[in-house]
Amino acid sequence: MLYREAGQFKTSYAADMAVFPIRQDRIAFWILLAVVFVGIPLLAHFHIWPFGSDYLLRAILIPFLILSLAAVGLNILTGYCGQLSLGSGAFMAIGAYCAYKFGTGVDILWLSIPPLPVLPSILLGGLMAALVGVLFGVPSLRIKGLYLAVATLAAQFFFDWVFARVKWFTNYTPSGSVNAPQLEFFGLFVNTPIERYLLCLIFVVVFAAIAKNLVRGNLGRQWMAIRDMDIAAELIGIRPLYAKLMAFAISSFMVGVAGALWAFVYLGSWEPLAFNIDRSFQILFMVIIGGLGSILGSFLGAAFILVLPILLDQVPHALGIPISVETVSLLVFIVTGALICYLLIVEPHGFARLWSTAKEKLRLWPYPY
Amino acid sequence: MRAPAASDVAAGEVLLSVENVSLSFGGVRAIHEVSFDIRKGEIRAIIGPNGAGKTSMLNVINGFYHPQAGSITFKGVTRTQMRPFEAARGGIGRTFQNVALFKGMSALDNIMVGRTLKMRRGFLWQMLRVGPALTEEIEHRHRVEEIIDFLEIQAIRKVQVARLPYGLQKRVELGRALAMEPDLLLLDEPMAGMNLEEKEDMSRFIIDVNDHYGTTIALI
Repeated sequence: MLYREAGQFKTSYAADMAVFPIRQDRIAFWILLAVVFVGIPLLAHFHIWPFGSDYLLRAILIPFLILSLAAVGLNILTGYCGQLSLGSGAFMAIGAYCAYKFGTGVDILWLSIPPLPVLPSILLGGLMAALVGVLFGVPSLRIKGLYLAVATLAAQFFFDWVFARVKWFTNYTPSGSVNAPQLEFFGLFVNTPIERYLLCLIFVVVFAAIAKNLVRGNLGRQWMAIRDMDIAAELIGIRPLYAKLMAFAISSFMVGVAGALWAFVYLGSWEPLAFNIDRSFQILFMVIIGGLGSILGSFLGAAFILVLPILLDQVPHALGIPISVETVSLLVFIVTGALICYLLIVEPHGFARLWSTAKEKLRLWPYPY
Repeated sequence: MRAPAASDVAAGEVLLSVENVSLSFGGVRAIHEVSFDIRKGEIRAIIGPNGAGKTSMLNVINGFYHPQAGSITFKGVTRTQMRPFEAARGGIGRTFQNVALFKGMSALDNIMVGRTLKMRRGFLWQMLRVGPALTEEIEHRHRVEEIIDFLEIQAIRKVQVARLPYGLQKRVELGRALAMEPDLLLLDEPMAGMNLEEKEDMSRFIIDVNDHYGTTIALI
């Protein structure tokens, strides 16, 4: 009853093309922004339930935000442009290690860059990931589908090897593990979990807005055209070279920035193992389960993949069921896998489709049609 | 399908001329020494039995296939090899025999894709979607709405095309080709598989397009 659009007339194309054409959605969106920007930090600051400890912020919300950003990046490439990629972990690693190198100073032969502040380092890390992404995107002009996935898999293994073996990237630390520089933005230090959370949130909101604008603009339509029918797209005047490589560049940039944030903000100190093939699969699952070709879906998928194991981990303890830690960790695998299979069969278009179906139903509620 | 009537062969200059084009796939000769020309403003039908190479001929004109021999002159420029997007840039629009719409997108977006070539703003502007980028988007939306009005598909503009019935899909596809504002429109069996009413509608639209926009049309 509340979710009705009757009486809301649009008088301009700009209003019709808005992200949230229905007023109720707009209000809900602004409330959500207020909650995440003001509400959650306030609750966390005064340690009000459920933010009694830092656990929720540190272990759930921050990784959720960063992985959502990575999922948004991958969704641009896989969901919108239809190019399957298994190299997200590698692009995250490139973002992280390049940001680290820029943050600690680069010295290659004649090129010498002094240590840069954190923000430019992170963005430059993303840029390097974008460059490598374009390089690994070139095969996509020739090969498609699973074969392209194998090519990106090569990127994954190659960069795993590079960052583990080329000591230059880790500044020759004996253990191979590196520490993030002090997080300083325009004179402000980001240390507490609340500050870290807000930092990630700002990155995520800005990049999600950019992604949303791109996918509903001309470039986004070109991507979707190539995804749906590449021959017709070319006959209509879309240059596959430009559109695909743009998708690779923008997607890898976002994934690279997510990688830099993951390393700098979430982990603090890390080793190449943090960005192995498991990470790639994790992000791909987020995108598939959340909904291919949906920005909202990336967030829903990230929440699901990240929160489900934690829930499964906590629930038996909360219920007082005596099972060992190993059993729980195995149970997590079993249940997550089963749920993913179930979801893919029941709703192959992911949570985003469930969400839009729910909204359709809500418009007619309480009548069935 | 109909043969070019006398009124169609109006005295116009030659828009496209195909000279001695031959195309073969391995040992199969799809097209052998075909020549014809299409004059500006006419509706020209290409007819032939199954497997005669009609679609292959369109693909050659489109630049999708590269003929082994012969030349194609379009708007006074002769060329032998070209990429499909270059043909699109030159002003050749095209629909397909089996509907080749972008299934995941709405009818509106499908037609908007046809405007791709006319949109100039770079991706940085699109990223921000303010000022010139938004103005451009709205301006093209205006043009697309005109086409939607013309083809009488207002009601389905936000529907995902995969959910539309076949006749409407064909109409959206025609709209997408029209959005390119082509000089030459290639229609590959626009009436195939339609019922009588849909066929009548489609014929009317094709004649209207020719009248209204002055588009030269070649159909199979």
